[in-house]
Amino acid sequence: METQEYIPIDVFCRQHGITVSLIGSLQNFGLIEVMHIGQVDCIPVDQLGEAEKIVRLHTELDINLEGVDVITHLLEKIKEMQAEILLLKNRLAFYE
Amino acid sequence: MAFVDYYEILGINKNATEDDIKKAYRKLARKLHPDLNPNDKDANKKFQQLNEANDVLSDPEKRKKYDTYGENWQHGEEYEKARQAQGRQGFGGGQSFAGDFDGTDFSDLFGSMFGGAAGGRNAQVKFKGQDYNSELHLSLQNAYTTHSQTLSVNGRNVRITIPAGVENGQIIKLKGYGGKGMNGGPDGDLYITFNIANDARFKRSGNDLYATETINLYTAVLGGEIMIDTMNGKIKLKVKPGTQNGSKTRIKGKGFPVYKKEGEYGDLFITYQVQTPTDLTEKQKELFTQLAELSK
Repeated sequence: METQEYIPIDVFCRQHGITVSLIGSLQNFGLIEVMHIGQVDCIPVDQLGEAEKIVRLHTELDINLEGVDVITHLLEKIKEMQAEILLLKNRLAFYE
Repeated sequence: MAFVDYYEILGINKNATEDDIKKAYRKLARKLHPDLNPNDKDANKKFQQLNEANDVLSDPEKRKKYDTYGENWQHGEEYEKARQAQGRQGFGGGQSFAGDFDGTDFSDLFGSMFGGAAGGRNAQVKFKGQDYNSELHLSLQNAYTTHSQTLSVNGRNVRITIPAGVENGQIIKLKGYGGKGMNGGPDGDLYITFNIANDARFKRSGNDLYATETINLYTAVLGGEIMIDTMNGKIKLKVKPGTQNGSKTRIKGKGFPVYKKEGEYGDLFITYQVQTPTDLTEKQKELFTQLAELSK
């Protein structure tokens, strides 16, 4: 059976020097997913990288949450396009 | 070391106010931040230079030294002492101070930005450490099986498990294996790009493999069985009677493993190359002639 690991929100906030209310705002914007495990709010470990990136964009670059939302969508699109370019490059190499 | 002009990096003039510096830094940081430029070495390098420039110019004391001594600003006081000593000894000016630099494009400050704690007003600003990029060369056979390899990145040994079916040019990220974070910021990441060499026997397209198999004319005409190579050994393949030169057959599940999907494989496509016999004996010629007559 697969096990899922979680990081408590307060630990995450302490580590990144942010307030718990920011996590609430990020959740309201649909930017991160918060799970309730028992009485504790947690972030799944597999979403940790994405959550950290979102927090960095907001805190280091002063980008508001609407902006972060747009950026994350665009970055996802770029990632998909890069994967497609790679696939096409490899397919092209097949005929060279 | 090439002189790093911090004003030029920030795109401001020497009279810029603190506010101008802050604005210029914010604007460029939004453009060059590693989270917005994953896998872009050039942008990462520029971002480090930007942080360095900002750290110096946003601190009035450091900025004053930088404005006075230029590239040797960190050794400015030593320079001043040396200059005064020379003056006392009766030497003229014109001798330049040779700082103890390491020949890289970044000044010594770089070490403090992405290693130790940077002082001054930016001490509370946390920054993620530098991302490292590395290339790993694999043969097609290596990429076929899940295996472990140890890489040496900046003097640190990193043992990674490479899942079967990794694609040429694919990049994987190892979180926290990059440079040290700044002011308690997270460590950077290590990006590994896989470079898979072409194989003499098989061509790969996604999860499918392609190979050419030479069969003799008799097998092509009458059909038969041949032994062919696959990535995991030889298998027996039935050739249909009347197989044409250049025709293809698909062997299901004998292609490349599907990345991170255990037990799933692509297909192997075999193109037949029919070899026409040469240097026929008299008897063979006679029989082919008879065959030709029969076909009329």
